[in-house]
Amino acid sequence: MARASKSGASSKSAAKSTSRSKSKTAAKKPEVTGEQLLSYYRDMLMIRRFEEKAGQLYGMGLIGGFCHLYIGQEAVVVGMTQAGTSDDSVITSYRDHGHMLACGMDPKGVMAELTGRRGGYSKGKGGSMHMFSREKNFFGGHGIVGAQVPLGTGLAFGHKYSEDGGVCHTYMGDGAVNQGQIYESFNMASLWKLPVVYVIENNKYGMGTSVERASSNVELHERGAAHDIPGMQVNGMDVIDVLEKGGKALDHARSGKGPYILEMKTYRYRGHSMSDPAKYRSKEEVQKMRKESDPIDNLRHTILEAGHSNEDEMKDIDKEIKSIVTAAAEFAQQSPEPDESELFTDVFLEASA
Amino acid sequence: MATQVLMPALSPTMTEGKIAKWMKSEGDNVESGDVLCEIETDKATMEVEAVDEGILGKILVSEGTENVAVNTPIAVLVEEGESADDVADAPAPAAAAAAPSEDTKSDAAPKEEAASAPAQPKSDPAPEPEYDGPMKTQTVREALRDAMAEEMRREERVFLMGEEVAEYQGAYKISQGLLDEFGAKRVIDTPITEQGFAGLGVGAAFHGLKPIVEFMTFNFAMQAIDQIINSAAKTLYMSGGQMGCPIVFRGPNGAAARVAAQHSQCYASWYANCPGMKVVAPWSASDAKGLLKSAIRDPNPVIFLENEILYGQSFELPDDDDFTLPIGKAKVERKGADVTIVAYSIAVGIAMEAAEKLAEEGIDAEVINLRTIRPMDTATIIESVKKTNRLVSVGEGWPTCGIGSEVSSIAMEQAFDYLDAPPVRVAGVDVPMPYAANLEKLALPKAPQVIEAAKSVCYV
Repeated sequence: MARASKSGASSKSAAKSTSRSKSKTAAKKPEVTGEQLLSYYRDMLMIRRFEEKAGQLYGMGLIGGFCHLYIGQEAVVVGMTQAGTSDDSVITSYRDHGHMLACGMDPKGVMAELTGRRGGYSKGKGGSMHMFSREKNFFGGHGIVGAQVPLGTGLAFGHKYSEDGGVCHTYMGDGAVNQGQIYESFNMASLWKLPVVYVIENNKYGMGTSVERASSNVELHERGAAHDIPGMQVNGMDVIDVLEKGGKALDHARSGKGPYILEMKTYRYRGHSMSDPAKYRSKEEVQKMRKESDPIDNLRHTILEAGHSNEDEMKDIDKEIKSIVTAAAEFAQQSPEPDESELFTDVFLEASA
Repeated sequence: MATQVLMPALSPTMTEGKIAKWMKSEGDNVESGDVLCEIETDKATMEVEAVDEGILGKILVSEGTENVAVNTPIAVLVEEGESADDVADAPAPAAAAAAPSEDTKSDAAPKEEAASAPAQPKSDPAPEPEYDGPMKTQTVREALRDAMAEEMRREERVFLMGEEVAEYQGAYKISQGLLDEFGAKRVIDTPITEQGFAGLGVGAAFHGLKPIVEFMTFNFAMQAIDQIINSAAKTLYMSGGQMGCPIVFRGPNGAAARVAAQHSQCYASWYANCPGMKVVAPWSASDAKGLLKSAIRDPNPVIFLENEILYGQSFELPDDDDFTLPIGKAKVERKGADVTIVAYSIAVGIAMEAAEKLAEEGIDAEVINLRTIRPMDTATIIESVKKTNRLVSVGEGWPTCGIGSEVSSIAMEQAFDYLDAPPVRVAGVDVPMPYAANLEKLALPKAPQVIEAAKSVCYV
């Protein structure tokens, strides 16, 4: 599910089924073809199935520590990625598996990092919250709430300094928007007209605390007002809305007008992490979202209604995704743990003379 | 094909739990995402969702059963047409077996953990290059500015950012003239926003630039320490070696004069505690220039601890734009046979002053200027202690868990049999820095204390 890459090279195993070509300039009003809709469907389904499998492996004790699943929020990252270009960089916090897959990272490498094996993106030394791919311009994967926002602003500074035409997609949750460093970043990004789009994934709860109980002003897209940063609310459960508004925000940032804030109204079906008892919201609330607003079910319905595909073809996609995810899970269990000598590697880079 | 459903681990610490309630009955259709049952863990009651789809063929562990171990089969899912009797043969998804390892030894004997841990590789810093070219006299301030200017001329990716570094020409005039030469793109005044610009610098370094981030003083960097430690120092390791972070954080550290507790702290031991970062503390103009140039060229994050009192002091240094000093290598500033005095930053001057006075009294002190705190040049310390058999450390920071404590430990671990006396630390007094002139003087180490410490380890 890679964005168009500079070299034209596709990502490893996942790419076979998901690679596509894409123009480097984001469309203002996307005219979405049936083929594109199918590819968004496939990308979202890949994240959904991957995360379900990760949850299962966690339950079996194969994945340890913290594991934050992205289930329910798939339309956000798939829409934004499709709105962007291969020059763009991406950075997020710890609910990050979906972002990696959307950037075109190999599901095998991501899953093997979750199980802490040497075939993982960080050789098993980072885990769920700390994965990176320079090749795919994915800069993590950060475990401290809000800390990725100054970093993303710095990536945008790098885009501007080196005039490479890229925009940094800097993701944060609704919980992060009350961290002071967010506003330090907003201020500098606006002051220096940095090419950054701040994507607030408002899934209604920062861990177990609802936005209403945490934020004096719940209109999170207005959080840039003090810094003259325009903002927009987006239906984060609808990949087309994300694509359209994401494209607009990215165009704004890319054209030198400075940062833009997108508040994605979205929802996570699973707990904050794997050990979340979910006492802070009702089952009915979760069920209602799943039934009425599921981004994958709704897109599937749209595709079938419009006659872009049929049940058989959709089933084939389901099967194909399932086999990619199964292969990733197998790889993640078969890849050995890192060699003990890895304990002491990667602390420093060697200085070149 | 039938599939077993296993008792899941629902928290990082769960080893067993209770099946509180089955939400599906045998024969029910199950879709991925459906709640199968409720499980009570050590922390909470949680729902277990189905991952695979099928028909609930058989419930293996009934409602109300306690202490069900993680990975115990609790139910079987079957496909249309399959009988629940087939369940005996149902394959379980692989349980959390030990990961395969290239180590094929199969003996079950308990391993000696400590013995099996790989030894930490030893780094061997390059020796200081011989220099016999022309020399010049400069202040530390000028040396720091020249180091930055030369490196900025050398590499377009190097830029300087911080409070008042551009139009004001530096709060301590370290960046004087840089804005004129390099322009506002590369010499950037930031708002007063330490955490923000430290993190922004780290992000720019991830992108491939080489930022020099000036803190007006390191006291203000406490606001930014999460970005320095968690983002700059740890990311290379967490990324399996992908995400290098070539950045220098520099500025005055330690006590200045009469600025009281919040503006007078030495952070050497704070940063030196953290792997993934180099910590440099120059004393002379030569140190300042040679080490800052190396820090800017280094592909890793470097904390560069300057000292405000030293900025105006003049020293001789090589008159050469290519002159650098290796990070990780200490310098023997004065050779001696009777006692080793290890110092860093402004304390090197104090140690030198003490050594001169000790010489008048017939004690020949060797003074080691650490130059780099991490990685520390332990070889130079040990070599000296083996010769003098006596050790005194001097630094401005607080004594508890300080740099002197580290120097003492190294000597005791690696040269215990050579020591003729317990090592002594001369450090800042263990209180927040007072404002009153007389109290401030009492709080900082001075030459007489070093002399006294040296005599005590020499039993004079």
